[in-house]
Amino acid sequence: MKSTRASAWRRKFPSLEAVTLYVILTVLAILFVLPVFYLFMGAFKAESELFRVPFKWLPDKFILDNFSNMFQSIPFMRYLKNTMIIVAFNIVGSLLSCSLVAYGFSRLRWPGRDKVFILVLITMILPYQVTLVPLFLMFTKIKWIGTFLPLIVPCFFGNPFFIFLLRQFFTGIPQDISEAARIDGASEFTIFSRLILPMAKPALTTVALFAFIRSWNDFLGPLVFLGRDELYTLSLAASMLKSNLDPNWSVLLALGTVMILPVLLIFFVMQKYFIQGIAMSGIKG
Amino acid sequence: MNHATDKQPAPIKKSKMNIRQKETIHGLLFISPWVIGFLIFTLYPICSSLYYSLCEYQVIKDPVFIGFDNYKTLFHDKTFLKAMSNTFYMVILGVPITTFIAVTVSIMLNNKKLHYTGPFRIVFFIPTLVPTVVACLLWIWVMQPETGIVNKLLGYIGIKGPGWLSSMFWSKPALILMMIWTCGNAIIIYLAGLQDIPGSLYESAALDGAGFIRQTISVTIPLLRSTLLYNMVTLIIGVFQWFAEPYIMTNGGPDNQTMFYSLYLYQNAFSYFKMGYASAMAWVLLLIALAIILVLFKVFRFGESDY
Repeated sequence: MKSTRASAWRRKFPSLEAVTLYVILTVLAILFVLPVFYLFMGAFKAESELFRVPFKWLPDKFILDNFSNMFQSIPFMRYLKNTMIIVAFNIVGSLLSCSLVAYGFSRLRWPGRDKVFILVLITMILPYQVTLVPLFLMFTKIKWIGTFLPLIVPCFFGNPFFIFLLRQFFTGIPQDISEAARIDGASEFTIFSRLILPMAKPALTTVALFAFIRSWNDFLGPLVFLGRDELYTLSLAASMLKSNLDPNWSVLLALGTVMILPVLLIFFVMQKYFIQGIAMSGIKG
Repeated sequence: MNHATDKQPAPIKKSKMNIRQKETIHGLLFISPWVIGFLIFTLYPICSSLYYSLCEYQVIKDPVFIGFDNYKTLFHDKTFLKAMSNTFYMVILGVPITTFIAVTVSIMLNNKKLHYTGPFRIVFFIPTLVPTVVACLLWIWVMQPETGIVNKLLGYIGIKGPGWLSSMFWSKPALILMMIWTCGNAIIIYLAGLQDIPGSLYESAALDGAGFIRQTISVTIPLLRSTLLYNMVTLIIGVFQWFAEPYIMTNGGPDNQTMFYSLYLYQNAFSYFKMGYASAMAWVLLLIALAIILVLFKVFRFGESDY
């Protein structure tokens, strides 16, 4: 009798263990978002409030001056356009090249395939800094420094991480489908473009999202290769603003807010693809 | 006789060979973008940087071959040694702490008794979406000694916070805090790994009288091995690649306390234009990265079947 009542109780209310865990997780979660929340609030504070000593979480009055100041103090639209150009080419280039390459590593059998793929995996963990200096010297020689090309062209030749993700996905599609199409006389490229790619839409979406985030957030690449002020991306512009002797923090926080919002928005809309893609990256075959 | 069979093999065998060959040719065609990219943007740079690392190369003048001098200088260069020890500090302290927190949080989130973990997953992931440069600005501001929220929060529990980024001792721990803050990626990967562990293993462990801690140590951790390996390799390599954070937040200061490997490499190449010296650093980095990967693969017996 006692035990059934206890189990009914348990069904209705979470156990002590669950409550404890919820409390710990909530505290941690608050600590994780607090800095971002504080940044958003800062973007709406008057400059005099930012470093004021009796500290307040919320602005005295929500103002939009920081955003209008941002448009005045930097050529925001130009930097946004530059960033968008690089982002767009990164998405297109990654989708085109990585889907082709991943297809070659998963849907077709050829001698030595899996050994070559290990090489792809190794380049995935290779630090970018290893090739940075020689790439800079190479791009200097062919006069690509001070153009978008160093940030655009390489993504048309495959990114190991994206190749890995797409290969995982392609491997999961049953081979019979390709066999049937081959018997019907379809060419390999037709099978790839008409049959496999449409089925791989979720994985392609994930790659497009990651390509967007990576190029939107990239800092070292633009810093080393862009050189000219007119070509700056938003990230680079933000770091340059900060390196001023007396940086204008209101503008910086407004710019930071503007830079986070599109990423957050896309994340909330397309969460599923992010989570799947990241979860997949840890699963090693 | 032989000659004749060569010319006219059995028809079935012939077509089979052709399918194989065709598939190989197609395979190579499909991966050709990667092959070209690998040769131009990875292999050639790695090889040429090996040559540059043996030269004195100031960009404006042609490289002059000087043998192993760059490497010899490297190991007497105080700043380099400092950058190396700072980087190892992060590997030895930052990586385990971050891994511990990420694994703990994901074990909590994976608890079957919790039904509403979705929002938590999202919240822990949000910091990883903040562009690096913005994250740096944010943390400079958040760690202001007097007005930052980190010290404000510490004040609530009665601790007087340090000067963080300007402090000789606390600047590196400040960066570890930032590293923990961006562990959302790892949490998602650990969660995926935890969900792959069959529940029957926990049931039989419970039947044997194993409590939660015992189960974690003898079931969860061993079976999470390859996920742990992947995340730790990524984190460690990430520490060696750490650039934007020290560059923007501290520029290596105070007194080189936050001078890290990649920052020093960048400074040598693009502030002092010592391309040869920077290339030597890049090659040392390459060797370190390969060594870490090898050691971890050995320690975690990576690739062996889990179940």
